[in-house]
Amino acid sequence: MNPVEALQAEFGDAIQAVEEFRGEITVTVDGARIVDVCQYCRDTEGLQYNFLSDVTGIDYLPQEPRFGVAYHLYSMYQNRSLRLKVLLPGDEPAVSTVTGVYPAANWFEREIFDLFGVTFTNHPDMRRILMPADWDGHPLRKDYPLGYETVQFSFNFDEVDKFKPYAKE
Amino acid sequence: MTDIQETTIWEGDIQQLKGLVSERALAGETMVLNMGPQHPSTHGVLRLMLELDGETIISCVPDVGYLHTGIEKNMESKRYEQSIVMTDRMDYLSPMNNNLVYCLAIEKIAGLDVPERAQVIRVMLAELTRINSHLVWLATHALDIGAMSVFLYCFRERERLLDIFEIVSGQRMMSTYFRPGGIWRDLPAEFFPAVRSFLEDFPRRIEDYERLLTENPIWLDRTQGIGFLSADDAIKLGCSGPVLRGSGVNWDIRKAIPYSGYEQYDFDVPLGVHGDVYDRYLIRMEELRQSLRIIEQALARLPEGPFRSNNRKYVPPPRSELGQSMEAVIHHFKLWTEGFSLPESEVYVRIESPRGELGCFLRSDGGNKPARVHFRTPSFVHLSALPAMAKGYLIADLVGIIGTIDIVLGDCDR
Repeated sequence: MNPVEALQAEFGDAIQAVEEFRGEITVTVDGARIVDVCQYCRDTEGLQYNFLSDVTGIDYLPQEPRFGVAYHLYSMYQNRSLRLKVLLPGDEPAVSTVTGVYPAANWFEREIFDLFGVTFTNHPDMRRILMPADWDGHPLRKDYPLGYETVQFSFNFDEVDKFKPYAKE
Repeated sequence: MTDIQETTIWEGDIQQLKGLVSERALAGETMVLNMGPQHPSTHGVLRLMLELDGETIISCVPDVGYLHTGIEKNMESKRYEQSIVMTDRMDYLSPMNNNLVYCLAIEKIAGLDVPERAQVIRVMLAELTRINSHLVWLATHALDIGAMSVFLYCFRERERLLDIFEIVSGQRMMSTYFRPGGIWRDLPAEFFPAVRSFLEDFPRRIEDYERLLTENPIWLDRTQGIGFLSADDAIKLGCSGPVLRGSGVNWDIRKAIPYSGYEQYDFDVPLGVHGDVYDRYLIRMEELRQSLRIIEQALARLPEGPFRSNNRKYVPPPRSELGQSMEAVIHHFKLWTEGFSLPESEVYVRIESPRGELGCFLRSDGGNKPARVHFRTPSFVHLSALPAMAKGYLIADLVGIIGTIDIVLGDCDR
């Protein structure tokens, strides 16, 4: 069974794009339907993507929709892989969790929440995982400051001075 | 007299605990105990929050991130070639496998061919790294459970492997030996006698370890029937490698999706029956033998020829050409000043590392630096499966269960 044809027949417009590069198929799916698509991929005879290898986030700044979440499915029965991708807006990105279908997604989604700021709704344990709990910002975003110090010139002296770590009262 | 009530009040935020532990813990009926982050059996800096009823584990909440070094972010500001060194530092017990998966991802995007000789050398070193990693696993796992002497024997043999890595790459641990398109340099002549003498000795050493452990009643008591994981659960939780095969699922990436020419080697994939700590131990011991078989075959079929690709857009020209060819000088200059660019694309490559599926997601935006690198590390996934394995066992068994999933926290936190 061809996974792309099967998905297009089942979900129609929810399949937004299909790409192939070096034998890897990427299917871009409407974020609202991702749980149904995963469920279908796992349970349909002939597809049987029973193993979730990986979930990862991508920041496409300055494109809009800005964020991508890629799910790497693998079928041990058919010995083939499939990448599902969801595109999310830069403003308050959120997508439903797939932990109900693939429990392995639990920590991967926490990692994406931690490092990209993508919220997974209905996730059983949506806490930061790698960074400290009180950390500000999401480090893997492209607009996250890299920690260089801005050089102070006469024209921006006061502006930069505000952020200098002097001892304050 | 000090007031005991006063000293046992927990001063953290109670909201953080809700949902992680049961209601009984909040009422004080069960005990919440921290194991780690500094604990000899957690193999690095891992903190486990345990809820205990007596000595029985009711729930186990792993807390990771103590070794988070932002390698994925850091690689985004380094050129493709420069960031290979960072992959070594993730899973520091099997650096060559990390190099390999990253190089394979670059080669897949670039469409770069790797010569036969380089492929065979890669396989040989990846298997030596597997033995090296399994030796550290066996040493620490046995030490955790109380078999002190195995630790010393394993590290004795590991020393010889580190010497071999030093012969080929100049470094004992952080070798950075694999490069896109091949390897850094050809094998030196001293490599062959060193590997041959290791291959001759090592089967006897494995027997020694097995004689110490396999039928040892204390070892059996501490490992059999502990940390059970059913085949269904193992697949659902994303387990791979020896943990998955311990539950009887026959999935080895070297067989299922061969890379670097693994399809040409003859080796067996050991499978477990019971899905407990003991079966995973047996599997890894058998994998040591199978790795030896692969190395022997690789040594026998090592072809002559170039050790890296001839594609000068990605691979630097040999030193001897620089004096004669202007083109070689230009390629050399370009590679060392701006590196190479890859077309805009995304790939995901997986290999069988000693711990399980090691995946690399690489996105290129057309520039000379990766736009996004993500490593799907087996330790991270296996640690998320730890609560399922530890539930209902004694706290003393937890030490064996942590050992059996063979975690490396550098691999987990990246």
